[in-house]
Amino acid sequence: MESAAEMSHGKKIGDIVLAVDNISLSFGGVRALSDISFQVREHQVLSIIGPNGAGKSSMLNVINGFYHPQEGLITYRGVTRKQMKPHEAARQGIARTFQNIALFKGMSTLDNIMTGRNTIMKSGLLWQALRIGPALNEELAHRERVEQIIDFLEIEHIRKTPVGKLPYGLQKRVELGRALAAEPSMLLLDEPMAGMNIEEKQDMSRFILDVNNEFGTTIVLIEHDMGVVMDISDHVVVLDYGKKIGDGLPDEVRNNQDVIDAYLGVSHD
Amino acid sequence: MSANSVAATSSPQFDTIPKLLFHHAQARGDRPSIREKDFGIWQSWTWSEVRDEVMSLAGGLAAIGFEPGDKLAIVGDNRPQLYWAMVAAQVAGGVPVPVYQDSVAEEMQYIFDHAGIRFAVVEDQEQVDKLLEVKEGCESLQNIIHEETRGLRDYEQPFLHSLADLQASGRDWNRDHAGELDKRIADAVGGDLAIMLYTSGTTGRPKGVELSHDNLIVTARNAAEFDGLTADEEMVSYLPMAWVGDCIFSLAQAYVCGFCINCPESGDTVMTDMREIGPSYFFAPPAIFENLLTNVSIRIEDASSVKQWLYRHYIDVARRVGVRILEGDSVSGWERFEYFLGSLLVYGPLKNVLGFSKVRVAYTAGEAIGPEIFDFYRGLGMNIKQLYGQTEASVFITMHPDGQVKPDTVGVPAPGVEVKIADNGEVLYRSPGVFVRYHKNDEATAETKTADGWVLTGDAGYFGDDGQLRIIDRAKDVGKLNDGAMFAPKYLENKLKFFPQVKEAVTFGHERDFVAAFINIDLEAVGNWAERQGIAYGGYTDLAGRREVYDQIQECIEKVNVDIAEDPHLSGSQIQRFLILHKELDADDGELTRTRKVRRRIIAERYGDLIEALYDGRDEVHVEAEVTFEDGRKGKIVADLAIRDAKVTPVQSAAA
Repeated sequence: MESAAEMSHGKKIGDIVLAVDNISLSFGGVRALSDISFQVREHQVLSIIGPNGAGKSSMLNVINGFYHPQEGLITYRGVTRKQMKPHEAARQGIARTFQNIALFKGMSTLDNIMTGRNTIMKSGLLWQALRIGPALNEELAHRERVEQIIDFLEIEHIRKTPVGKLPYGLQKRVELGRALAAEPSMLLLDEPMAGMNIEEKQDMSRFILDVNNEFGTTIVLIEHDMGVVMDISDHVVVLDYGKKIGDGLPDEVRNNQDVIDAYLGVSHD
Repeated sequence: MSANSVAATSSPQFDTIPKLLFHHAQARGDRPSIREKDFGIWQSWTWSEVRDEVMSLAGGLAAIGFEPGDKLAIVGDNRPQLYWAMVAAQVAGGVPVPVYQDSVAEEMQYIFDHAGIRFAVVEDQEQVDKLLEVKEGCESLQNIIHEETRGLRDYEQPFLHSLADLQASGRDWNRDHAGELDKRIADAVGGDLAIMLYTSGTTGRPKGVELSHDNLIVTARNAAEFDGLTADEEMVSYLPMAWVGDCIFSLAQAYVCGFCINCPESGDTVMTDMREIGPSYFFAPPAIFENLLTNVSIRIEDASSVKQWLYRHYIDVARRVGVRILEGDSVSGWERFEYFLGSLLVYGPLKNVLGFSKVRVAYTAGEAIGPEIFDFYRGLGMNIKQLYGQTEASVFITMHPDGQVKPDTVGVPAPGVEVKIADNGEVLYRSPGVFVRYHKNDEATAETKTADGWVLTGDAGYFGDDGQLRIIDRAKDVGKLNDGAMFAPKYLENKLKFFPQVKEAVTFGHERDFVAAFINIDLEAVGNWAERQGIAYGGYTDLAGRREVYDQIQECIEKVNVDIAEDPHLSGSQIQRFLILHKELDADDGELTRTRKVRRRIIAERYGDLIEALYDGRDEVHVEAEVTFEDGRKGKIVADLAIRDAKVTPVQSAAA
């Protein structure tokens, strides 16, 4: 399809880490996804775009193992399987954020991000609850990592603030922080910029690029705002009514007639 | 351990900042010199560690061609590495030029061109991007050093260096050129340039104020001895590094006394960080003290009624008793007991929350502070004082001595400073801190500094009988009434604006028979009051025209008159007539500047009729005014405004 070593932002894009082959997903009689295939390469920023109801979130839920497709295969890091459970996905380094923020509202920013470390904590529940011996040392190490994330996302001033009291844009950032806490190799972002103003979108775009750049994290994101998508993506996949209608570099997709039709409507005469 | 450390540094061998650094690295090498909160923890560096950091940085600068006499721009928030860069520039024989990090690229470019800056140390990617823009139009700038590396991985310009890399190469350079930097340090003398600070310049281009090591060190030491500062002070450094105050408090005084400065985690966390550090020496502009008090008041409104009662009762006690205790006046046993209870129940916890528990000396300056606010903090037992200073003076001109603090004065001349008042009322001073000159601007230097070393401040003021200076206004705004009495519009307006009911005031009197005023009421404060009184009103114009509101404002003005009557210099400028304007003065209509300063010329033009009415004896005037709404539409306000006379307080004669 495209050259194996796409270069963008001066960084090296690697081999295919995730391949989605002929995925179809139905809910009863409603066909959410039909016959979708695409590949995600290491260190890539890949965006899935499409009008409302195109099946973008369903696609993410399939990758994440939350939905189980009736047909098709997913190959992640060389292992092909028909379905995966969310916690398995998490263990294998796939973290995600949600379209509707799913944080613990009553807990502080720090504690919320700390929960993201859960999958990598080694000591047992009892030790953790008692907070003694090895559990304490482990917690200190995790806290250090969490502080680096807080510093990275520039949210020091809300470290101890209950998340429920924060404005929307900051909650989104905390959610990104929690996903990063798991030290994922692949990050799934479901509309990270929905409902944000221009400045918040710029900030979030910068954080996404920085994560990609600094940690080399592969990023798959869903977004509505075409401008943002074209600026930050290495590769774009376009869905419409559960079908893939475009797949390529941002510029290729921008000039794809099917995509233009899907977004702007077609005159039938 | 170190009460006499300030005196110890007064020896001539410590006449530059780098020499002081070496002194402290030896005398108290394992004591903290600077801390920064990073990754949620206070990281600290001792004096000997700071010396090593500074030396490797200076070596790194030399390695990329930094020569004696070169200027080093410093752009960023208060960070240890940036403070080290300042001293490193001095060590390498050059001059640091801190620049406000929020200036736009164009302003920065002017400064870079004007100062001929070849090297810059900046904080992060944001500043690097800005300087790359500056560099395109600036021939002198050759090297940019950045502290943070994040986001800069893909920047391949050869003239970009990370600070850590530079320090590494500096260590090599120092090994290969052993003794070179030591020689540069030893060769420097107190008269050499220590720093160049650009004044923000409300009019015209910014001017580069050149200050020598002597300027900084002697002034800093005098002020430190005045307040008995020691090596044990803790200071939170959160004000812009390009501002002379930060240069004196966080650099010169810290290096003279050997105390520790603390850099907050980010601009938004200053208050939390303050609380964790508990500074003993603190500076803030009046606006910060005002905001803190407002926050406290708002949170008390939400507290339970018992807590509210406790707070109100004991804050009353504090205002009545606390201020007198701080001044050393006599206080009865019962009052002392009440104040003690208040300390346990209210003042202690409150100061702890604000981070003021350990404050020994706090200063405010820059603008007039409301007496209510001032007394609030002093009542809590916080020794907050005012000082009057300028970049050109290395800050200190006058300051409050302990025990003689008044909200409406700025104190007595600081040690070593001579102050006199010119015939036109302008304040002049001469001191060891007086700047060397304006960089490449002999004309401005000659205008500001006389041949025998007196500096014109541009501010009008006078000394009271207590020997304390009062600053009343910018000298060019001060006028005279027809009978020759002095008229200081801003002084009167500030006094009026300290009342919560008054939002804005404009006074007239220059070349008139008496002083008259326009008032803008504060819609929120007066509106709240009106609601409680059951007065119905339909918007600003309606409320402003109410008889009851006029009564209130008249009361405020008469209080101001009583106040002024006691002041022999200004008693002639009591406000005799006033009206409440039918609309709020607004920056959108050009009546105020964006920073809410009154534009007298435009107001005089636009409201000429009203001003005439104030002086021709009418008691009502009809106005039609055009206003611009927020969406840009124009509209008209029609109203009949009442004009009232205010009672003038007879002057206690023979006072002056």
